[in-house]
Amino acid sequence: MALAFDEYGRPFIILKEQEQKTRLRGLEAQKANISAGKAVARILRTSLGPKGMDKMLQSPDGDVTITNDGATILEQMDVDNQIAKLMVELSRSQDYEIGDGTTGVVVLAGALLEQAERLLERGIHPIRIAEGYEMASRIAVEHLEHIAQKFDFGPTNLEPLVQTCMTTLSSKIVNRCKRAMAEICVKAVLSVADLERKDVNLDLIKVEGKVGGKLEDTELIYGITVDKDMSHPQMPKQIEDAKIAILTCPFEPPKPKTKHKVDIDTVEKFQTLRQQEQKYFDDMVQKCKDVGATLVICQWGFDDEANHLLMHRNLPAVRWVGGVELELIAIATGGRIVPRFQELTPEKLGRAGLVREKSFGTTKDKMLYIEHCLNSRAVTIFIRGGNKMIIEETKRSIHDALCVARNLIRNNSIVYGGGSAETACSIAVETASDKYPGVEQYAIRAFADALDAVPMALAENSGLQPIETLSAVKSQQIKENNPHFGIDCNDVGTNDMREQNVFETLIGKQQQILLATQVVKMILKIDDVISPSDY
Amino acid sequence: MAIEKIFKDDASEEKGERARMASFVGAIAITDLVKTTLGPKGMDKILQSTGRGHGVTVTNDGATILKSLHIDNPAAKVLIDISKVQDDEVGDGTTSVVVLAGELLREAEKLVAAKIHPMTIISGYRMAAECARNALLQRVADNKGSAEKFRSDLMKIAMTTLSSKILSQDKVYFAQLAVDAVMRLKGSTNLEAIQIIKKPGGSLRDSFLDEGFILDKKIGLGQPKRIENAKILVANTAMDTDKVKIYGARVRVDSMSKVAEIEGAEKEKMREKVQKIIAHGINCFVNRQLIYNFPEELFADAGVLAIEHADFDGIERLALVTGGEIASTFDNPESVKLGHCDLIEEIMIGEDKLIHFSGVEMGQACTIVLRGASHHVLDEAERSLHDALCVLSQTVNDTRVLFGGGWPEMVMAKEVDELARKTPGKKSHAIEAFSRALVAIPTIIADNAGLDSADLVAQLRAAHHKEGCNAGIDVISGSVGDMADLGISESFKVKQAVLLSATEAAEMILRVDEIITCAPRQREDRM
Repeated sequence: MALAFDEYGRPFIILKEQEQKTRLRGLEAQKANISAGKAVARILRTSLGPKGMDKMLQSPDGDVTITNDGATILEQMDVDNQIAKLMVELSRSQDYEIGDGTTGVVVLAGALLEQAERLLERGIHPIRIAEGYEMASRIAVEHLEHIAQKFDFGPTNLEPLVQTCMTTLSSKIVNRCKRAMAEICVKAVLSVADLERKDVNLDLIKVEGKVGGKLEDTELIYGITVDKDMSHPQMPKQIEDAKIAILTCPFEPPKPKTKHKVDIDTVEKFQTLRQQEQKYFDDMVQKCKDVGATLVICQWGFDDEANHLLMHRNLPAVRWVGGVELELIAIATGGRIVPRFQELTPEKLGRAGLVREKSFGTTKDKMLYIEHCLNSRAVTIFIRGGNKMIIEETKRSIHDALCVARNLIRNNSIVYGGGSAETACSIAVETASDKYPGVEQYAIRAFADALDAVPMALAENSGLQPIETLSAVKSQQIKENNPHFGIDCNDVGTNDMREQNVFETLIGKQQQILLATQVVKMILKIDDVISPSDY
Repeated sequence: MAIEKIFKDDASEEKGERARMASFVGAIAITDLVKTTLGPKGMDKILQSTGRGHGVTVTNDGATILKSLHIDNPAAKVLIDISKVQDDEVGDGTTSVVVLAGELLREAEKLVAAKIHPMTIISGYRMAAECARNALLQRVADNKGSAEKFRSDLMKIAMTTLSSKILSQDKVYFAQLAVDAVMRLKGSTNLEAIQIIKKPGGSLRDSFLDEGFILDKKIGLGQPKRIENAKILVANTAMDTDKVKIYGARVRVDSMSKVAEIEGAEKEKMREKVQKIIAHGINCFVNRQLIYNFPEELFADAGVLAIEHADFDGIERLALVTGGEIASTFDNPESVKLGHCDLIEEIMIGEDKLIHFSGVEMGQACTIVLRGASHHVLDEAERSLHDALCVLSQTVNDTRVLFGGGWPEMVMAKEVDELARKTPGKKSHAIEAFSRALVAIPTIIADNAGLDSADLVAQLRAAHHKEGCNAGIDVISGSVGDMADLGISESFKVKQAVLLSATEAAEMILRVDEIITCAPRQREDRM
């Protein structure tokens, strides 16, 4: 374990507590890293595509998650190995950036590592491999742009958007009602989208779930749902044309932040204090009433007395509403969040056409729907499903679909899915490789092989012969010079992804290739791993 | 070189066939556990808690059993989850849903062994579930139109639900009780308006439905025990020491006399409050919080009945029945809505004194008093009654009704079988398997009743070959009987929920090909 020796053969101590560390160097380190990366990719490989399988994950607390969303699997996997963590990061960054294709990116990175291992065995220097990969990724990304198509959609023609969302959803458990879900997602995104600026603020879409009912009952609400009920059981359950006061101050006597004491030493003081206290409550309710509010939504709690006064003055109220929800309500109803009673003015009230309380099932579950808001840009997708796990998984799937729809609005270029884009890139990279002199040529060729891994995994998961199917698709692409041929996962009978309406966003695909290449480059550059050894 | 471990210590990973095997084994084990409780002759389970006192529960309610199990197998957890949801959503069929999901997985296991891909099985199951649902939809009866018939439907459903429970001896009586209670709700599913009070002693037959409202509290000393034409103020206010709510206030005095003065002021304040309350012109005052001796005495002096510390549910229900509002301030008596009832009296049930409000304004709420030999019996009776109430309240909203006794399963199985014959490809195996899983339910019912299941189910199948047949298993006589004559009915909503959730759960477990278990979180050892 020693790193260096003096002329008498005694080791220099360079690392702190050197004896307790293990160290891997050179080729050995690279190989260990590669195999760790490959192991992670192998786990996700079977989840790829419409016929991909799910993973069941049991958390340290015993909760069960069932999912086939790459990012979720990796996040919950409790990974220890450093390189494996890099792969987790990789999938996460794809999730943040694009929101979809989290499985694909890891599979691609795994394939790249696998190819790199072979090249390393041949004695090619890792940096040369990394450079070759870099060049190849550039070729691939350019080629993607070349084969990408613009497609048009407008508020009247939503079909293309729905189709794309359906592609994303078809690999998830919700594929039974993917059509309905996709429509919900597209409508939701469009209603919050700013088509001029081509931007979508996904924060405006709230995804809520409640156990019970069936997936088909999932609905899009043009408004907000809050998992709360009226503070007093006898307040009205339905308010039309509500004027909403949104408060972040409690219905309680004020608590000044400076430390102070009110000393009571005489009976008079005691009595004035009492009257003061009652006046506080009265004033607070009166202020809300004065500005014309018909519903009070408050972030804090109410005192019993205040609660009754509100009830008494026929002013329905909701308490303990979370900060995020409060903000959404404010956006949706066009109201302002008011931190102090003194600042309540009629202009600061939010407006909603209908506020109603709805109860579910046999238990005491109640939810508040705020609908027909002044500014209907905030929407809620309300998911119902057989059990908690289905709901969680549906939430994740909807998130993916929302992201895809958003990406399309930002940039309406698409490439065709089903592995066709990867195959086309692979062909392009392969042809381009011959032009490069030097060792990089091998790396570029290896990159082309790695790209094949995605369609290969798709075919494998769909129960097709992977090698046969892929070679058939490839030769078809070259023969007809048409990059739209992919793997026919659903057994529809045609390989043309254009006919099958399977597409993905261009940025998503490009991002996948770039991110995967980056991570692989990083892993290849590591030649020394020093880690504390096991006890 | 060996792959370094990627997971943390103690985390485990199971792949492919092994993972699938683990989930099948877990799910089937759970199914076998609850399967013996299915049907009118199902057996009960004793559950002993590991907590303090080792409390014992005797039940045959699927959801209750499963809720109490500590399970490590993730697939089993999925099943427990669906049972819980079934309980929350429709209230009954908690055992059936687990058994059906388990049987679906058992059939799937065979198909997987025969080299059929799980995805193919799933798509087959989906087709089958859709077809089964349509088959049920075609055969539902809907008696929404006639109140008489609908009521008899409800009676039948209640009796069918109760017949598998501890109340089966008196099912007619309890069914009547449950139907009456639910009919009073007038279509709302808010079961909170039905209060169930359990009092040990007597026999189950002594249970009764009370049209009024019973509060499990005693009347304060020296106050009237019986009030006619009562005006009730329902309140939620502090009647102990009324605290000053302004932050930072504190009492600081420098002599004993001042303490006495302030104490006097406090008392005065309380007296004022009581005066204000009495000024509402009430003769009964119910408070959610404690009432101290001093105000109680004042109330007694004024001849007002004061009831303290009614819990939150009690107070809400009381407000609901008497039509009063829950008040916390008392400054303007003219606008506070008071509750009314014809008579308040103290009644005795067993050895306990309870307060009985009768002749209330709103007829929605009611109270069911359960009597029984022991706490275990009462608990189980409450659960059974709860199931029945849930099912009934759901049926009031969705009036479609089916026959029971394995009839729906046979109808579905027949249609699904037809579909299997028509479907080309490997899916047809899965569809066939679905039908087999459906038939498993009447088989288990028959088995549990100690009957010759193979013979009975075969007869049943033959009977169902005719169009429009109403045959099901008559557990009492041990033969195939006409369900319409026997009056065995089930709610369509419950059956549909069973079918859909079971398929969904089975699908979910089938899709899994890898189980990753994280290391259990280290807990502080509290021992």
